[in-house]
Amino acid sequence: MKKVVLSRILQAIPTLWVIATVTFFMTRYAPGGPFDSEKAIPQEIKVKLESHFGLDRPLAEQYLLYLKNLLQGDLGPSFKYPGWEVSELIATAFPISLTLGALSLVIALLIGLPVGIIAALRKNSWLDYLPMSLSMAGICLPTFVLGPLLIYVFSTQLSLLPPLGWYGPADWVLPSFTLGLFYAAYIARLTRAGMLEALQQDYVRTAIAKGASSFRVVTKHALRGGLLPVITYLGPAFAGLISGSFVIESVFFIPGLGKFFVTAAFNRDYTMVLGTVLFYASLIILLNLLVDLLQAWLDPKARQL
Amino acid sequence: MSLENSSSLGKDAWLRLKANRMAMLSLWVLVAMAVLSVVGPVLSPYSYDEQNLDRVFHGPCNEHLFGTDNLGRDLFTRATYGGRISLAVGLLATIVSLIIGVTYGMTAGYAGSKTDAWMMRSVDVLYSLPFTIFVILLMVLFGRNFLLLFLAIGAVEWLTMARITRAQTINLKKTEFIEAARALGYSHWRILFRHLLPNLVGPIIVYATLTVPSVMLLEAVLSFLGLGVQAPLSSWGSLIKEGADKMDAAPWLLFFPGIFFCMTLFALNFLGDGLRDALDPKSSKE
Amino acid sequence: MQTRTLKYNLGKITAIISTFLGLFSFLGCSQPTNVETALDTKVLHFGLGAEPQHLDPHLATSVAAHNILSALLEGLVSEDPKSLKPRPGVAERWEISEDGKTYIFYLRKNAQWSNGDPLTAHDFVYSFRRILNPGLGAQYASMLHPLQNAKAYNHGEMTWEQAKVGATAVNDHILKLSLEYPIPYFLELLNHYSWFPVHRPTIEKYGAFEKIGTPWTKPGNFVGNGPFKFIDHQINSVIEVGANDRYWDASVVQLKGIRFYPIEAVDTEERAYRSGFLHLTQSVSADRIEFLKEKYPKELHFEPYLGTYFYRFNLRSPPFDDLRVRKAFSLAIDRQRLVDKVLKGGQTPATTFTPPGTGGFVPKPQFYYDPAEARELLNSYLTEKSLDSLPPIELTYNTSDGHKKVAEALHGMWKEVLGVEIRLLNMEWKVFLSTISKGEFSLARAGWIGDYVDPHTFLQMWRTGEGLNMTGWSNQSYDQALRKAESTKSAMERHKSFQSCEDLLAKECPIIPLYFYVHLTLRHPTVQGWHPTLLDHHPYKYVYLEKEVATP
Repeated sequence: MKKVVLSRILQAIPTLWVIATVTFFMTRYAPGGPFDSEKAIPQEIKVKLESHFGLDRPLAEQYLLYLKNLLQGDLGPSFKYPGWEVSELIATAFPISLTLGALSLVIALLIGLPVGIIAALRKNSWLDYLPMSLSMAGICLPTFVLGPLLIYVFSTQLSLLPPLGWYGPADWVLPSFTLGLFYAAYIARLTRAGMLEALQQDYVRTAIAKGASSFRVVTKHALRGGLLPVITYLGPAFAGLISGSFVIESVFFIPGLGKFFVTAAFNRDYTMVLGTVLFYASLIILLNLLVDLLQAWLDPKARQL
Repeated sequence: MSLENSSSLGKDAWLRLKANRMAMLSLWVLVAMAVLSVVGPVLSPYSYDEQNLDRVFHGPCNEHLFGTDNLGRDLFTRATYGGRISLAVGLLATIVSLIIGVTYGMTAGYAGSKTDAWMMRSVDVLYSLPFTIFVILLMVLFGRNFLLLFLAIGAVEWLTMARITRAQTINLKKTEFIEAARALGYSHWRILFRHLLPNLVGPIIVYATLTVPSVMLLEAVLSFLGLGVQAPLSSWGSLIKEGADKMDAAPWLLFFPGIFFCMTLFALNFLGDGLRDALDPKSSKE
Repeated sequence: MQTRTLKYNLGKITAIISTFLGLFSFLGCSQPTNVETALDTKVLHFGLGAEPQHLDPHLATSVAAHNILSALLEGLVSEDPKSLKPRPGVAERWEISEDGKTYIFYLRKNAQWSNGDPLTAHDFVYSFRRILNPGLGAQYASMLHPLQNAKAYNHGEMTWEQAKVGATAVNDHILKLSLEYPIPYFLELLNHYSWFPVHRPTIEKYGAFEKIGTPWTKPGNFVGNGPFKFIDHQINSVIEVGANDRYWDASVVQLKGIRFYPIEAVDTEERAYRSGFLHLTQSVSADRIEFLKEKYPKELHFEPYLGTYFYRFNLRSPPFDDLRVRKAFSLAIDRQRLVDKVLKGGQTPATTFTPPGTGGFVPKPQFYYDPAEARELLNSYLTEKSLDSLPPIELTYNTSDGHKKVAEALHGMWKEVLGVEIRLLNMEWKVFLSTISKGEFSLARAGWIGDYVDPHTFLQMWRTGEGLNMTGWSNQSYDQALRKAESTKSAMERHKSFQSCEDLLAKECPIIPLYFYVHLTLRHPTVQGWHPTLLDHHPYKYVYLEKEVATP
């Protein structure tokens, strides 16, 4: 176990370095810069701005300087929001995306797991087809359609919930529900498939033949097997939730990290882009590690890997 | 997985597929969508960018089967034309991811030991990239280019394909069939492409069918961010985005492209499930 | 046995669903909207439309920044909420010399900063020095160039001591400004945030005299002299200001606070308004006008706005280096149709570059629609060059649904009249600016909002070498006419010169004016004291929230 963790961490360092380098040069070679402005500023002023932020130095020098700061934990200042540090902005935005992601995942599990389990147990009945078809709808309907629809119904028409923002707990409901439904669909399908496969396994059939109660069989044996694909999915799903949340954050006007990233990319806020990418990558590496550990614990076969 | 002569395997699978009603229905739906996308714009008296500023936001009527949009353009033409774009992107991106993934996975699985380890290590590393982020970054930085669009999307999806292919290749490698080919002195390339590949077709097709919908969704998200195809072209994704914001005033703008999009995705998913069942009878259905 | 499992699971599900519904209803019952609670809290909820880049008045350039800075700071003069005519601000009165080149401002003795420090004439001199300091690289430093020698100092040709820039503090409460040439609209100029004072000790504490990107503009650090003080700033979420009781006119201010929401997506902003979350939106989508006119007739406002929407040609490369092609493209546009059918916001077709009536100037309409002439001109060009058709032309615009609509409409018009099919190319803002300023375009979308109500703000763009020109057009007579207008006080003379400028623009056609802006906004009836103005300036000190009394 310890060896795995250690080797993963060691593996992470060159990975992050590669990501940092690729992103750095990608953003610099792209057209447009952070100080191309509205009033088409005269060249001298633009040069002045760039020198304030060290953008007039040769690229290699900037790159090395950036790496040096990175090792000291300094992600640099944001170009788009002067006076604010990238780490400061990530520190305010990330908890929001995290909460949103976590809430959505909870909702997804609360809806998806039972639906998938029942569908598997009542295979080929209406309890199987109906929820599975609905969940398919959840997968096929983009969140930027479901979101405005829910806002229109619950906020504009019924005044039950706020239409946007992230100022209080009431604001959490619609966005996490929208995102949660989407993932619930996937989870339902995975659970059903996993459970069905587990139910076919010899050791489960043996248990049933031996007279174990169906309920006991379900919870003890099949469920474990059924949860496995869900857990494998959870890691990337959670990472995907957090890094893919920008659609939801856009529709619901939530100041999460996804929104900051997209804005930074559009505005050539180099430091912010780099900071966010590195942050996400580190997060995903960590999550993958946790998921693998969890998997190994759950599935005895996988432990040998 | 048995390695019978491919044609009888194919026939068996096809029979199983035919028996699956949902899958067959989905297949027909997909065919219908494809035909509609190709034929629709041709049949329509309007072109997809033809504006009629006097007929803005008209609902479905005699002259306009699906209604008109904010510039008086015929929605039926735009929705079917959008199908061309969305389906093309879906197909092309999937093919890109297929080509990269299958080649990579086969090579890794076949080569084994150190090469395999290195190649899969890299995949693991790449897996940790927040890929959607990179796609967005690419599109934002380097502009809207149809080629770049499906290259970028395709590049997101190839990893899992590589893993699946590699796993299957490893299984196949151990069989007598392949060992016999080696003993006969066939070159590696020949073995890879004439012996291994045909037997990988099953899982490849399944996975490809299931990749297309997620590619199409990714394209829709890119359209939402303004990174999709350029105006006046439109894909289902961009049509849906425009429609979503006007759903209280002009619901048909959302409804028709939305139905096309959802039905296609539905069909692809069901078909993929059906193919998986047909090609590997041990899983689920009894 | 299976039945028990099923019942168990069904029971689980029912429990979960009921919890959700219960949660919903619980949260649902306690949700009065922002607009409703505001009648008690007296907080204005304002749709800002974008996150301001700078809250430093010497570095700011956007409308969003203006909306916030006009709450936090006040200049020498303030504005009448209806006419925008100058009213006493920090200065309680002023004297203007005969030749219009010297202004003496008498500052009020009770003017103070939000932290209690007295506000003096020295603060203004310091502030002017800061924005003109070449080391700062302020983009709007040119607004202060009317001051004597300010331009020389700003361009680094003289030091501050050498330049003796025309701003002196006679004593703590008397400020003397000397101008290079008389400017009839000078007092209105002073309402621009580039002229606002900054708090010296704060600037010096953060080393911000010449440095960009210091945290002096953050809520805990910012010190201002306006009717409101800076309370909170959560990026991409909300900016909050609260009533400043140290403001000299605090007794007039009725709002207790303002919350600014930087919502960029216009559809999201509209949803927010319709759900009672906002009192005001920054804009309205053209597509929604019909719908909103019907559902919210009293809340949808069309307000004249001093701005021109136009396209720039690039005269440096074919085919737009030829006057005939440029004119053909301009004549092929039915501006009335564009305004009536596409924009539908009550905009006016632009037959000149300067909006008519600006500062009393009414230019002769000279840009018009004539498809026959357009075709003729194009054909003559094609014949002369022995071409069958034009080389492919790209129309560049910055990503936005509104710009897309206009671009698509024009695409249709040029196809219809000239048989030319142009390619539309949208790119997001930063790339767009970079591309245009590098001259890598054929035809590009543009817009200009006046900084002050005088034709000069529009016509000065086309001077040779002017940074904002970007078309590659240069005309000596134009430059001359502009210089003439700048050197005289006589309104008649100035208007004559401006008319010459307009004539030259029409003759040479380096740009295609399309329409004059109308500010479209949704405004809740409980917002009072808010009047439509040409510059979209709304002094918050006169705004209050009250249920509308039904008029008999």
